[in-house]
Amino acid sequence: MDIFLQQILNGLVLGSIYALIALGYTMVYGIMGLINFAHGEVVMFGAMVTISIIGMLTGMGLSLPGPVVVLLALMLAIPVCMLMGFAIERIAYRPLRNAPRLAPLITAIGLSIVLQNVAILIWGRNYIPFPPLLPHDPINVLGASITDLQVFIVISAIAIMAGLLFMVEKTKLGRAMRATSQNPAVAGLMGVNVNTIISATFVLGAGLGAVAGVMVAANYDQAHSHMGFLIGLKAFTAAVLGGIGNLGGAVVGGILLGVIESLGAGYIGDLTGGFLGSHYQDIFAFAVLILVLVFRPSGLLGERVAERA
Amino acid sequence: MADALLKIEGIHKRFGGLHALNDVGLTINRGEIYGLIGPNGAGKTTLFNVLTGLYQPDEGKFTFNGQDLFRQKPHVVVKAGIARTFQNIRLFGEMTALENVMVGRHVRTKAGALGAILRDRATMAEEKAIRDRARELLNYVGIGNVANERARNLSYGHQRRLEIARALATDPTLLALDEPAAGMNPRETEDLQALMEKVRSSGVTLLLIEHDVKLMMTLCDRIAVLDYGKKIAEGVPQEVKSNPRVIEAYLGAAHA
Repeated sequence: MDIFLQQILNGLVLGSIYALIALGYTMVYGIMGLINFAHGEVVMFGAMVTISIIGMLTGMGLSLPGPVVVLLALMLAIPVCMLMGFAIERIAYRPLRNAPRLAPLITAIGLSIVLQNVAILIWGRNYIPFPPLLPHDPINVLGASITDLQVFIVISAIAIMAGLLFMVEKTKLGRAMRATSQNPAVAGLMGVNVNTIISATFVLGAGLGAVAGVMVAANYDQAHSHMGFLIGLKAFTAAVLGGIGNLGGAVVGGILLGVIESLGAGYIGDLTGGFLGSHYQDIFAFAVLILVLVFRPSGLLGERVAERA
Repeated sequence: MADALLKIEGIHKRFGGLHALNDVGLTINRGEIYGLIGPNGAGKTTLFNVLTGLYQPDEGKFTFNGQDLFRQKPHVVVKAGIARTFQNIRLFGEMTALENVMVGRHVRTKAGALGAILRDRATMAEEKAIRDRARELLNYVGIGNVANERARNLSYGHQRRLEIARALATDPTLLALDEPAAGMNPRETEDLQALMEKVRSSGVTLLLIEHDVKLMMTLCDRIAVLDYGKKIAEGVPQEVKSNPRVIEAYLGAAHA
Protein backbone atom coordinates (compact mmCIF):
# COMPACT_ATOMS: atom_id res chain seq x y z
CA MET A 1 0.00 0.00 0.00
CA ASP A 2 2.75 2.48 0.81
CA ILE A 3 4.36 1.72 -2.55
CA PHE A 4 1.08 2.66 -4.14
CA LEU A 5 0.86 5.96 -2.28
CA GLN A 6 4.54 6.66 -2.86
CA GLN A 7 4.18 6.13 -6.59
CA ILE A 8 1.07 8.32 -6.71
CA LEU A 9 3.05 11.12 -5.05
CA ASN A 10 6.00 10.64 -7.40
CA GLY A 11 3.56 10.61 -10.28
CA LEU A 12 2.01 13.89 -9.22
CA VAL A 13 5.42 15.57 -9.16
CA LEU A 14 6.41 14.16 -12.53
CA GLY A 15 2.95 14.74 -13.95
CA SER A 16 2.73 18.40 -13.02
CA ILE A 17 6.04 18.96 -14.80
CA TYR A 18 4.79 17.06 -17.87
CA ALA A 19 1.65 19.17 -17.78
CA LEU A 20 3.61 22.43 -17.87
CA ILE A 21 5.54 21.24 -20.90
CA ALA A 22 2.48 19.74 -22.55
CA LEU A 23 0.80 23.14 -22.39
CA GLY A 24 3.55 24.51 -24.62
CA TYR A 25 2.88 21.83 -27.22
CA THR A 26 -0.85 22.12 -27.07
CA MET A 27 -0.99 25.94 -27.22
CA VAL A 28 1.11 26.01 -30.36
CA TYR A 29 -0.91 23.18 -31.88
CA GLY A 30 -4.16 24.93 -31.02
CA ILE A 31 -3.08 28.11 -32.77
CA MET A 32 -1.31 26.81 -35.84
CA GLY A 33 -1.87 23.07 -36.06
CA LEU A 34 1.85 22.44 -35.72
CA ILE A 35 3.72 20.09 -33.40
CA ASN A 36 6.70 22.11 -32.22
CA PHE A 37 9.16 19.28 -31.61
CA ALA A 38 11.83 21.80 -30.65
CA HIS A 39 9.88 22.55 -27.48
CA GLY A 40 11.74 19.87 -25.50
CA GLU A 41 14.97 21.66 -26.32
CA VAL A 42 13.60 24.89 -24.91
CA VAL A 43 12.93 22.97 -21.69
CA MET A 44 16.53 21.72 -21.70
CA PHE A 45 17.85 25.24 -22.31
CA GLY A 46 15.75 26.47 -19.40
CA ALA A 47 17.55 24.04 -17.10
CA MET A 48 21.02 24.61 -18.56
CA VAL A 49 20.83 28.40 -18.65
CA THR A 50 19.54 28.47 -15.08
CA ILE A 51 22.44 26.32 -13.88
CA SER A 52 24.91 28.58 -15.68
CA ILE A 53 23.38 31.70 -14.16
CA ILE A 54 23.44 30.11 -10.71
CA GLY A 55 27.13 29.48 -11.29
CA MET A 56 27.69 33.12 -12.15
CA LEU A 57 25.65 34.37 -9.20
CA THR A 58 27.48 32.19 -6.70
CA GLY A 59 30.77 33.14 -8.37
CA MET A 60 30.00 36.76 -7.60
CA GLY A 61 30.18 35.88 -3.93
CA LEU A 62 26.68 37.01 -3.05
CA SER A 63 25.55 35.62 0.27
CA LEU A 64 21.94 34.95 -0.60
CA PRO A 65 19.94 31.95 0.60
CA GLY A 66 20.02 29.02 -1.85
CA PRO A 67 16.37 29.10 -2.96
CA VAL A 68 16.61 32.85 -3.64
CA VAL A 69 19.62 32.29 -5.91
CA VAL A 70 17.74 29.59 -7.82
CA LEU A 71 14.63 31.74 -8.21
CA LEU A 72 16.71 34.71 -9.33
CA ALA A 73 18.49 32.57 -11.92
CA LEU A 74 15.17 31.17 -13.10
CA MET A 75 13.76 34.69 -13.50
CA LEU A 76 16.71 35.50 -15.75
CA ALA A 77 16.48 32.21 -17.66
CA ILE A 78 12.79 32.61 -18.46
CA PRO A 79 13.31 35.65 -20.72
CA VAL A 80 16.19 33.85 -22.45
CA CYS A 81 13.90 30.92 -23.26
CA MET A 82 11.08 33.25 -24.26
CA LEU A 83 13.42 34.93 -26.71
CA MET A 84 14.32 31.48 -27.98
CA GLY A 85 10.66 30.60 -28.48
CA PHE A 86 10.12 33.85 -30.33
CA ALA A 87 13.15 33.25 -32.56
CA ILE A 88 12.18 29.64 -33.28
CA GLU A 89 8.81 30.70 -34.63
CA ARG A 90 10.23 33.64 -36.55
CA ILE A 91 13.12 31.84 -38.18
CA ALA A 92 11.94 28.28 -38.57
CA TYR A 93 8.14 28.27 -38.80
CA ARG A 94 6.92 31.59 -40.12
CA PRO A 95 8.52 31.19 -43.56
CA LEU A 96 6.68 27.86 -43.80
CA ARG A 97 3.29 29.14 -42.69
CA ASN A 98 1.64 28.24 -45.97
CA ALA A 99 3.77 25.23 -46.79
CA PRO A 100 2.39 21.65 -46.72
CA ARG A 101 2.05 20.38 -43.15
CA LEU A 102 4.94 17.97 -43.44
CA ALA A 103 7.48 20.74 -44.08
CA PRO A 104 7.23 22.49 -40.68
CA LEU A 105 7.14 19.09 -38.97
CA ILE A 106 10.45 18.08 -40.52
CA THR A 107 11.83 21.53 -39.76
CA ALA A 108 10.80 21.06 -36.14
CA ILE A 109 12.73 17.81 -35.87
CA GLY A 110 15.74 19.36 -37.59
CA LEU A 111 15.62 22.34 -35.30
CA SER A 112 15.51 20.07 -32.29
CA ILE A 113 18.73 18.38 -33.42
CA VAL A 114 20.40 21.72 -34.11
CA LEU A 115 19.51 23.03 -30.66
CA GLN A 116 20.78 19.86 -28.96
CA ASN A 117 24.10 20.31 -30.70
CA VAL A 118 24.28 23.97 -29.78
CA ALA A 119 23.80 22.87 -26.18
CA ILE A 120 26.61 20.34 -26.54
CA LEU A 121 28.88 23.11 -27.88
CA ILE A 122 28.08 25.30 -24.89
CA TRP A 123 27.79 22.84 -22.03
CA GLY A 124 29.44 19.67 -23.32
CA ARG A 125 28.16 16.11 -23.36
CA ASN A 126 28.29 15.31 -19.68
CA TYR A 127 25.68 15.42 -17.02
CA ILE A 128 25.78 18.76 -15.23
CA PRO A 129 24.93 18.66 -11.53
CA PHE A 130 22.27 21.02 -10.27
CA PRO A 131 23.94 23.10 -7.51
CA PRO A 132 22.89 21.83 -4.07
CA LEU A 133 21.12 25.02 -3.06
CA LEU A 134 17.64 23.63 -2.45
CA PRO A 135 16.47 21.67 0.56
CA HIS A 136 15.39 18.10 -0.08
CA ASP A 137 13.89 17.39 3.33
CA PRO A 138 11.49 14.46 3.22
CA ILE A 139 8.00 14.92 4.56
CA ASN A 140 6.19 11.81 5.71
CA VAL A 141 2.72 11.36 4.25
CA LEU A 142 1.02 8.21 5.62
CA GLY A 143 4.17 6.19 5.27
CA ALA A 144 5.18 7.59 1.88
CA SER A 145 7.65 10.42 1.56
CA ILE A 146 7.82 13.55 -0.55
CA THR A 147 10.42 16.30 -0.28
CA ASP A 148 9.53 19.90 0.41
CA LEU A 149 11.04 20.79 -2.96
CA GLN A 150 8.60 18.41 -4.62
CA VAL A 151 5.67 19.91 -2.76
CA PHE A 152 6.83 23.29 -3.96
CA ILE A 153 7.11 22.00 -7.54
CA VAL A 154 3.56 20.64 -7.55
CA ILE A 155 2.04 23.73 -5.95
CA SER A 156 3.81 26.21 -8.20
CA ALA A 157 3.06 24.17 -11.32
CA ILE A 158 -0.62 24.13 -10.44
CA ALA A 159 -0.59 27.86 -9.70
CA ILE A 160 1.10 28.64 -13.02
CA MET A 161 -1.34 26.45 -14.93
CA ALA A 162 -4.32 28.04 -13.20
CA GLY A 163 -2.93 31.46 -14.10
CA LEU A 164 -2.54 30.44 -17.71
CA LEU A 165 -6.05 29.00 -17.98
CA PHE A 166 -7.45 32.15 -16.41
CA MET A 167 -5.49 34.28 -18.85
CA VAL A 168 -6.79 32.33 -21.84
CA GLU A 169 -10.42 32.31 -20.67
CA LYS A 170 -10.76 35.78 -19.22
CA THR A 171 -8.39 38.29 -20.77
CA LYS A 172 -8.21 40.13 -24.03
CA LEU A 173 -5.00 38.36 -25.06
CA GLY A 174 -6.55 34.98 -24.28
CA ARG A 175 -9.66 35.82 -26.24
CA ALA A 176 -7.54 36.84 -29.21
CA MET A 177 -5.64 33.55 -28.90
CA ARG A 178 -8.82 31.50 -28.89
CA ALA A 179 -10.24 33.47 -31.81
CA THR A 180 -7.02 32.96 -33.78
CA SER A 181 -7.04 29.24 -33.08
CA GLN A 182 -10.61 28.91 -34.34
CA ASN A 183 -10.25 31.05 -37.43
CA PRO A 184 -7.09 33.09 -38.04
CA ALA A 185 -8.45 34.87 -41.12
CA VAL A 186 -11.56 36.11 -39.36
CA ALA A 187 -9.59 37.00 -36.23
CA GLY A 188 -7.46 39.21 -38.48
CA LEU A 189 -10.60 40.88 -39.78
CA MET A 190 -11.52 41.73 -36.19
CA GLY A 191 -8.25 43.60 -35.80
CA VAL A 192 -6.31 40.80 -34.14
CA ASN A 193 -2.74 40.86 -35.38
CA VAL A 194 -2.37 37.14 -35.98
CA ASN A 195 1.43 37.24 -36.17
CA THR A 196 1.63 38.89 -32.77
CA ILE A 197 -0.69 36.29 -31.27
CA ILE A 198 1.35 33.44 -32.72
CA SER A 199 4.55 34.98 -31.36
CA ALA A 200 2.90 35.46 -27.96
CA THR A 201 1.88 31.81 -27.94
CA PHE A 202 5.42 30.62 -28.59
CA VAL A 203 6.81 33.01 -26.00
CA LEU A 204 4.34 31.89 -23.33
CA GLY A 205 4.93 28.21 -24.08
CA ALA A 206 8.69 28.71 -23.90
CA GLY A 207 8.35 30.47 -20.55
CA LEU A 208 6.41 27.52 -19.14
CA GLY A 209 9.00 25.19 -20.63
CA ALA A 210 11.85 27.05 -18.93
CA VAL A 211 10.16 26.69 -15.55
CA ALA A 212 9.54 23.00 -16.19
CA GLY A 213 13.15 22.46 -17.21
CA VAL A 214 14.41 23.89 -13.93
CA MET A 215 11.91 21.75 -12.02
CA VAL A 216 13.23 18.62 -13.71
CA ALA A 217 16.84 19.55 -13.08
CA ALA A 218 16.20 20.48 -9.45
CA ASN A 219 14.19 17.35 -8.79
CA TYR A 220 16.81 14.98 -10.27
CA ASP A 221 19.79 17.17 -9.26
CA GLN A 222 21.16 17.15 -12.80
CA ALA A 223 20.72 18.36 -16.35
CA HIS A 224 21.99 17.16 -19.69
CA SER A 225 22.08 18.45 -23.24
CA HIS A 226 19.87 15.56 -24.39
CA MET A 227 17.35 15.71 -21.58
CA GLY A 228 14.88 17.65 -23.73
CA PHE A 229 14.26 14.84 -26.16
CA LEU A 230 12.69 12.25 -23.90
CA ILE A 231 10.85 14.65 -21.65
CA GLY A 232 9.59 16.55 -24.68
CA LEU A 233 8.30 13.36 -26.26
CA LYS A 234 6.56 12.36 -23.05
CA ALA A 235 4.97 15.78 -22.65
CA PHE A 236 3.82 15.51 -26.24
CA THR A 237 2.29 12.15 -25.32
CA ALA A 238 0.56 13.86 -22.41
CA ALA A 239 -0.82 16.52 -24.74
CA VAL A 240 -2.13 13.85 -27.10
CA LEU A 241 -3.60 11.90 -24.19
CA GLY A 242 -5.52 14.96 -23.01
CA GLY A 243 -6.55 15.95 -26.52
CA ILE A 244 -4.04 18.08 -28.36
CA GLY A 245 -5.09 21.68 -28.77
CA ASN A 246 -7.07 21.56 -25.52
CA LEU A 247 -5.42 23.36 -22.59
CA GLY A 248 -7.36 21.60 -19.84
CA GLY A 249 -6.56 18.35 -21.64
CA ALA A 250 -2.82 19.04 -21.43
CA VAL A 251 -3.07 19.49 -17.67
CA VAL A 252 -5.16 16.35 -17.16
CA GLY A 253 -3.06 14.36 -19.64
CA GLY A 254 0.20 15.47 -18.03
CA ILE A 255 -0.78 14.54 -14.51
CA LEU A 256 -2.39 11.29 -15.62
CA LEU A 257 0.66 10.29 -17.61
CA GLY A 258 2.95 11.05 -14.68
CA VAL A 259 0.87 8.88 -12.38
CA ILE A 260 0.57 6.03 -14.90
CA GLU A 261 4.30 6.07 -15.46
CA SER A 262 5.13 6.08 -11.75
CA LEU A 263 2.70 3.31 -10.93
CA GLY A 264 4.00 1.33 -13.87
CA ALA A 265 7.58 1.76 -12.70
CA GLY A 266 6.58 0.76 -9.18
CA TYR A 267 4.84 -2.45 -10.14
CA ILE A 268 6.52 -3.57 -13.34
CA GLY A 269 8.98 -5.75 -11.37
CA ASP A 270 6.18 -7.59 -9.59
CA LEU A 271 4.08 -7.87 -12.72
CA THR A 272 6.82 -9.44 -14.81
CA GLY A 273 8.23 -11.54 -11.99
CA GLY A 274 11.39 -9.45 -11.87
CA PHE A 275 12.03 -9.80 -15.60
CA LEU A 276 11.73 -6.05 -16.22
CA GLY A 277 12.90 -3.47 -13.70
CA SER A 278 11.73 0.05 -12.94
CA HIS A 279 14.16 1.49 -15.49
CA TYR A 280 11.66 0.29 -18.09
CA GLN A 281 9.25 2.99 -16.97
CA ASP A 282 9.45 4.74 -20.35
CA ILE A 283 7.50 1.85 -21.84
CA PHE A 284 4.36 3.09 -20.17
CA ALA A 285 4.37 6.59 -21.64
CA PHE A 286 4.73 5.25 -25.14
CA ALA A 287 2.28 2.41 -24.61
CA VAL A 288 -0.20 5.11 -23.60
CA LEU A 289 0.65 7.10 -26.74
CA ILE A 290 0.01 4.09 -28.96
CA LEU A 291 -3.22 3.15 -27.19
CA VAL A 292 -4.56 6.69 -27.41
CA LEU A 293 -3.68 7.01 -31.08
CA VAL A 294 -5.38 3.69 -31.83
CA PHE A 295 -8.50 3.96 -29.70
CA ARG A 296 -9.11 7.65 -29.11
CA PRO A 297 -6.98 9.82 -31.40
CA SER A 298 -8.80 12.97 -30.29
CA GLY A 299 -7.68 12.38 -26.70
CA LEU A 300 -9.65 12.42 -23.47
CA LEU A 301 -11.02 15.96 -23.74
CA GLY A 302 -10.37 16.43 -27.40
CA GLU A 303 -13.73 16.57 -29.16
CA ARG A 304 -12.91 20.01 -30.48
CA VAL A 305 -9.80 18.86 -32.24
CA ALA A 306 -11.58 16.38 -34.43
CA GLU A 307 -12.82 19.12 -36.71
CA ARG A 308 -9.34 20.59 -37.03
CA ALA A 309 -7.38 17.49 -37.85
CA MET B 1 -21.60 66.81 -54.64
CA ALA B 2 -21.69 63.67 -52.53
CA ASP B 3 -18.86 62.92 -50.14
CA ALA B 4 -16.85 59.88 -51.29
CA LEU B 5 -15.95 57.45 -48.51
CA LEU B 6 -14.49 54.57 -50.47
CA LYS B 7 -13.00 54.77 -53.90
CA ILE B 8 -11.46 52.00 -55.96
CA GLU B 9 -10.14 52.31 -59.48
CA GLY B 10 -8.88 49.81 -62.01
CA ILE B 11 -8.86 46.86 -59.62
CA HIS B 12 -7.66 43.60 -61.14
CA LYS B 13 -7.54 40.23 -59.44
CA ARG B 14 -6.50 37.06 -61.22
CA PHE B 15 -6.49 33.50 -59.95
CA GLY B 16 -4.26 31.68 -62.40
CA GLY B 17 -6.14 31.93 -65.69
CA LEU B 18 -9.32 33.29 -64.14
CA HIS B 19 -9.68 37.04 -64.33
CA ALA B 20 -11.97 37.38 -61.30
CA LEU B 21 -11.97 41.17 -61.23
CA ASN B 22 -11.32 43.04 -64.44
CA ASP B 23 -10.77 46.78 -64.15
CA VAL B 24 -13.40 47.35 -61.48
CA GLY B 25 -13.88 50.85 -60.17
CA LEU B 26 -16.55 52.26 -57.90
CA THR B 27 -17.18 55.01 -55.40
CA ILE B 28 -19.26 54.66 -52.26
CA ASN B 29 -20.51 57.84 -50.67
CA ARG B 30 -20.72 58.51 -46.98
CA GLY B 31 -24.05 57.53 -45.45
CA GLU B 32 -25.50 55.60 -48.37
CA ILE B 33 -26.52 52.00 -48.76
CA TYR B 34 -24.63 50.71 -51.76
CA GLY B 35 -25.68 47.44 -53.34
CA LEU B 36 -23.61 44.98 -55.33
CA ILE B 37 -25.48 42.48 -57.48
CA GLY B 38 -24.63 40.12 -60.27
CA PRO B 39 -24.99 36.47 -61.29
CA ASN B 40 -23.20 33.74 -59.37
CA GLY B 41 -19.47 33.83 -59.98
CA ALA B 42 -19.55 37.45 -61.12
CA GLY B 43 -16.84 38.41 -58.62
CA LYS B 44 -18.90 40.02 -55.87
CA THR B 45 -17.37 38.09 -52.99
CA THR B 46 -13.90 38.43 -54.54
CA LEU B 47 -14.40 42.18 -54.52
CA PHE B 48 -15.46 41.98 -50.86
CA ASN B 49 -12.33 40.03 -50.05
CA VAL B 50 -10.20 42.62 -51.81
CA LEU B 51 -11.93 45.45 -49.96
CA THR B 52 -11.34 43.78 -46.57
CA GLY B 53 -7.71 42.82 -47.15
CA LEU B 54 -8.28 39.06 -47.38
CA TYR B 55 -7.13 39.09 -51.01
CA GLN B 56 -4.37 41.27 -52.35
CA PRO B 57 -5.40 42.82 -55.68
CA ASP B 58 -2.95 42.57 -58.59
CA GLU B 59 -3.40 46.14 -59.76
CA GLY B 60 -5.47 49.20 -59.04
CA LYS B 61 -6.08 51.91 -56.50
CA PHE B 62 -7.96 51.67 -53.23
CA THR B 63 -8.52 54.61 -50.93
CA PHE B 64 -10.82 54.75 -47.96
CA ASN B 65 -11.60 57.77 -45.84
CA GLY B 66 -8.53 59.50 -47.26
CA GLN B 67 -6.25 56.56 -46.47
CA ASP B 68 -4.46 54.36 -49.01
CA LEU B 69 -5.48 50.75 -48.35
CA PHE B 70 -4.08 49.11 -51.49
CA ARG B 71 -2.67 45.71 -50.49
CA GLN B 72 -3.05 46.22 -46.78
CA LYS B 73 -3.44 43.46 -44.18
CA PRO B 74 -6.94 42.74 -42.81
CA HIS B 75 -6.18 44.14 -39.35
CA VAL B 76 -5.07 47.42 -40.93
CA VAL B 77 -8.19 47.60 -43.08
CA VAL B 78 -10.47 47.00 -40.12
CA LYS B 79 -8.64 49.64 -38.15
CA ALA B 80 -9.26 52.07 -40.99
CA GLY B 81 -12.97 51.41 -40.53
CA ILE B 82 -14.17 48.62 -42.83
CA ALA B 83 -15.92 45.66 -41.21
CA ARG B 84 -17.70 42.76 -42.84
CA THR B 85 -19.82 39.68 -42.45
CA PHE B 86 -19.56 36.49 -44.47
CA GLN B 87 -21.78 34.74 -46.97
CA ASN B 88 -21.11 31.46 -45.15
CA ILE B 89 -21.22 32.47 -41.51
CA ARG B 90 -17.80 32.45 -39.89
CA LEU B 91 -18.19 32.91 -36.17
CA PHE B 92 -15.84 31.66 -33.49
CA GLY B 93 -18.07 28.67 -32.86
CA GLU B 94 -16.63 27.55 -29.54
CA MET B 95 -16.82 31.00 -27.99
CA THR B 96 -19.96 32.55 -26.54
CA ALA B 97 -21.95 35.15 -28.43
CA LEU B 98 -20.67 37.78 -26.03
CA GLU B 99 -17.04 36.71 -26.49
CA ASN B 100 -17.43 36.83 -30.26
CA VAL B 101 -18.45 40.46 -30.05
CA MET B 102 -15.71 41.17 -27.50
CA VAL B 103 -13.13 39.93 -30.01
CA GLY B 104 -14.53 42.52 -32.39
CA ARG B 105 -13.55 45.23 -29.89
CA HIS B 106 -9.94 44.12 -30.15
CA VAL B 107 -9.05 46.64 -32.81
CA ARG B 108 -10.32 49.60 -30.77
CA THR B 109 -8.62 48.75 -27.48
CA LYS B 110 -5.07 49.06 -26.32
CA ALA B 111 -4.26 46.64 -23.49
CA GLY B 112 -1.42 44.33 -24.46
CA ALA B 113 0.13 41.17 -23.07
CA LEU B 114 1.64 43.03 -20.15
CA GLY B 115 -1.77 44.25 -19.04
CA ALA B 116 -3.06 40.69 -19.18
CA ILE B 117 -0.37 39.67 -16.71
CA LEU B 118 -0.33 42.69 -14.42
CA ARG B 119 -4.10 43.27 -14.45
CA ASP B 120 -3.64 46.91 -13.54
CA ARG B 121 -6.54 49.29 -13.09
CA ALA B 122 -6.52 50.64 -16.66
CA THR B 123 -6.65 47.11 -18.09
CA MET B 124 -9.50 46.09 -15.82
CA ALA B 125 -11.44 49.23 -16.71
CA GLU B 126 -10.90 48.59 -20.38
CA GLU B 127 -11.99 44.98 -20.03
CA LYS B 128 -15.20 46.12 -18.40
CA ALA B 129 -15.76 48.70 -21.15
CA ILE B 130 -15.28 45.97 -23.78
CA ARG B 131 -17.81 43.73 -22.02
CA ASP B 132 -20.36 46.53 -21.61
CA ARG B 133 -20.08 47.61 -25.22
CA ALA B 134 -20.42 44.00 -26.41
CA ARG B 135 -23.61 43.54 -24.36
CA GLU B 136 -24.97 46.78 -25.75
CA LEU B 137 -24.34 45.61 -29.31
CA LEU B 138 -26.00 42.24 -28.71
CA ASN B 139 -29.06 44.10 -27.46
CA TYR B 140 -28.83 46.45 -30.44
CA VAL B 141 -29.11 43.61 -32.95
CA GLY B 142 -31.75 41.98 -30.78
CA ILE B 143 -30.00 38.89 -29.40
CA GLY B 144 -29.03 40.08 -25.91
CA ASN B 145 -30.87 37.09 -24.44
CA VAL B 146 -28.39 34.56 -25.87
CA ALA B 147 -25.19 36.36 -24.82
CA ASN B 148 -23.74 33.35 -22.98
CA GLU B 149 -24.65 30.68 -25.52
CA ARG B 150 -21.91 29.18 -27.64
CA ALA B 151 -22.05 30.73 -31.09
CA ARG B 152 -22.34 27.39 -32.88
CA ASN B 153 -25.46 26.53 -30.88
CA LEU B 154 -27.36 29.63 -32.00
CA SER B 155 -30.09 29.52 -34.61
CA TYR B 156 -29.20 30.55 -38.12
CA GLY B 157 -30.94 33.93 -37.90
CA HIS B 158 -29.24 34.66 -34.59
CA GLN B 159 -25.85 33.74 -36.03
CA ARG B 160 -26.38 36.24 -38.85
CA ARG B 161 -27.23 38.92 -36.32
CA LEU B 162 -24.26 37.98 -34.18
CA GLU B 163 -21.96 38.45 -37.17
CA ILE B 164 -23.39 41.92 -37.65
CA ALA B 165 -22.90 42.74 -33.95
CA ARG B 166 -19.32 41.47 -34.10
CA ALA B 167 -18.63 43.60 -37.18
CA LEU B 168 -20.21 46.66 -35.52
CA ALA B 169 -17.96 46.12 -32.50
CA THR B 170 -15.03 47.30 -34.61
CA ASP B 171 -16.70 50.74 -34.88
CA PRO B 172 -16.79 50.61 -38.68
CA THR B 173 -17.38 53.58 -40.95
CA LEU B 174 -18.34 51.11 -43.67
CA LEU B 175 -20.13 47.87 -42.91
CA ALA B 176 -19.97 45.31 -45.71
CA LEU B 177 -22.59 42.56 -45.57
CA ASP B 178 -22.22 39.51 -47.82
CA GLU B 179 -25.69 38.06 -48.50
CA PRO B 180 -27.13 38.85 -45.08
CA ALA B 181 -30.62 37.69 -46.07
CA ALA B 182 -29.53 34.35 -47.56
CA GLY B 183 -31.64 31.54 -46.18
CA MET B 184 -34.00 33.81 -44.27
CA ASN B 185 -37.77 33.67 -44.44
CA PRO B 186 -39.73 36.82 -45.43
CA ARG B 187 -40.39 37.73 -41.79
CA GLU B 188 -36.69 37.48 -40.88
CA THR B 189 -35.74 39.42 -44.01
CA GLU B 190 -38.08 42.21 -42.95
CA ASP B 191 -36.47 42.35 -39.49
CA LEU B 192 -33.06 42.40 -41.09
CA GLN B 193 -34.07 45.26 -43.35
CA ALA B 194 -35.19 47.25 -40.30
CA LEU B 195 -31.86 46.50 -38.63
CA MET B 196 -29.91 47.71 -41.66
CA GLU B 197 -31.93 50.92 -41.79
CA LYS B 198 -31.21 51.41 -38.11
CA VAL B 199 -27.47 50.89 -38.66
CA ARG B 200 -27.47 53.35 -41.53
CA SER B 201 -29.29 56.00 -39.50
CA SER B 202 -26.63 55.64 -36.81
CA GLY B 203 -24.16 57.02 -39.35
CA VAL B 204 -22.62 53.85 -40.77
CA THR B 205 -22.30 53.46 -44.53
CA LEU B 206 -23.43 50.06 -45.85
CA LEU B 207 -22.18 47.92 -48.69
CA LEU B 208 -24.42 45.00 -49.50
CA ILE B 209 -24.23 41.88 -51.62
CA GLU B 210 -27.60 40.26 -51.97
CA HIS B 211 -29.57 38.06 -54.34
CA ASP B 212 -32.94 39.21 -53.07
CA VAL B 213 -33.48 41.80 -55.82
CA LYS B 214 -36.68 43.12 -54.28
CA LEU B 215 -34.87 43.81 -51.02
CA MET B 216 -32.05 45.52 -52.86
CA MET B 217 -34.39 47.72 -54.88
CA THR B 218 -36.16 49.01 -51.79
CA LEU B 219 -33.11 49.31 -49.55
CA CYS B 220 -30.23 50.57 -51.69
CA ASP B 221 -29.53 54.14 -52.72
CA ARG B 222 -27.29 53.02 -55.55
CA ILE B 223 -26.45 49.66 -57.07
CA ALA B 224 -23.53 48.36 -59.10
CA VAL B 225 -23.82 45.25 -61.24
CA LEU B 226 -20.91 42.87 -61.79
CA ASP B 227 -20.76 40.26 -64.52
CA TYR B 228 -17.73 38.10 -65.33
CA GLY B 229 -15.54 40.30 -63.16
CA LYS B 230 -16.54 43.55 -64.85
CA LYS B 231 -18.80 46.31 -63.70
CA ILE B 232 -21.54 46.51 -66.32
CA ALA B 233 -23.85 49.05 -64.72
CA GLU B 234 -24.15 51.46 -61.82
CA GLY B 235 -26.85 53.84 -60.69
CA VAL B 236 -30.05 54.23 -58.71
CA PRO B 237 -32.17 51.06 -58.55
CA GLN B 238 -34.68 52.14 -61.20
CA GLU B 239 -31.96 52.87 -63.76
CA VAL B 240 -30.17 49.63 -63.11
CA LYS B 241 -33.35 47.61 -63.31
CA SER B 242 -34.12 48.83 -66.82
CA ASN B 243 -30.54 48.70 -68.09
CA PRO B 244 -30.46 46.28 -71.07
CA ARG B 245 -26.97 44.99 -70.19
CA VAL B 246 -28.19 44.02 -66.73
CA ILE B 247 -31.22 42.22 -68.09
CA GLU B 248 -28.97 40.43 -70.53
CA ALA B 249 -26.58 39.34 -67.80
CA TYR B 250 -29.38 37.96 -65.69
CA LEU B 251 -31.77 36.56 -68.25
CA GLY B 252 -29.74 36.10 -71.44
CA ALA B 253 -29.52 38.16 -74.63
CA ALA B 254 -32.99 37.23 -75.92
CA HIS B 255 -34.71 39.25 -73.20
CA ALA B 256 -32.69 42.42 -73.54
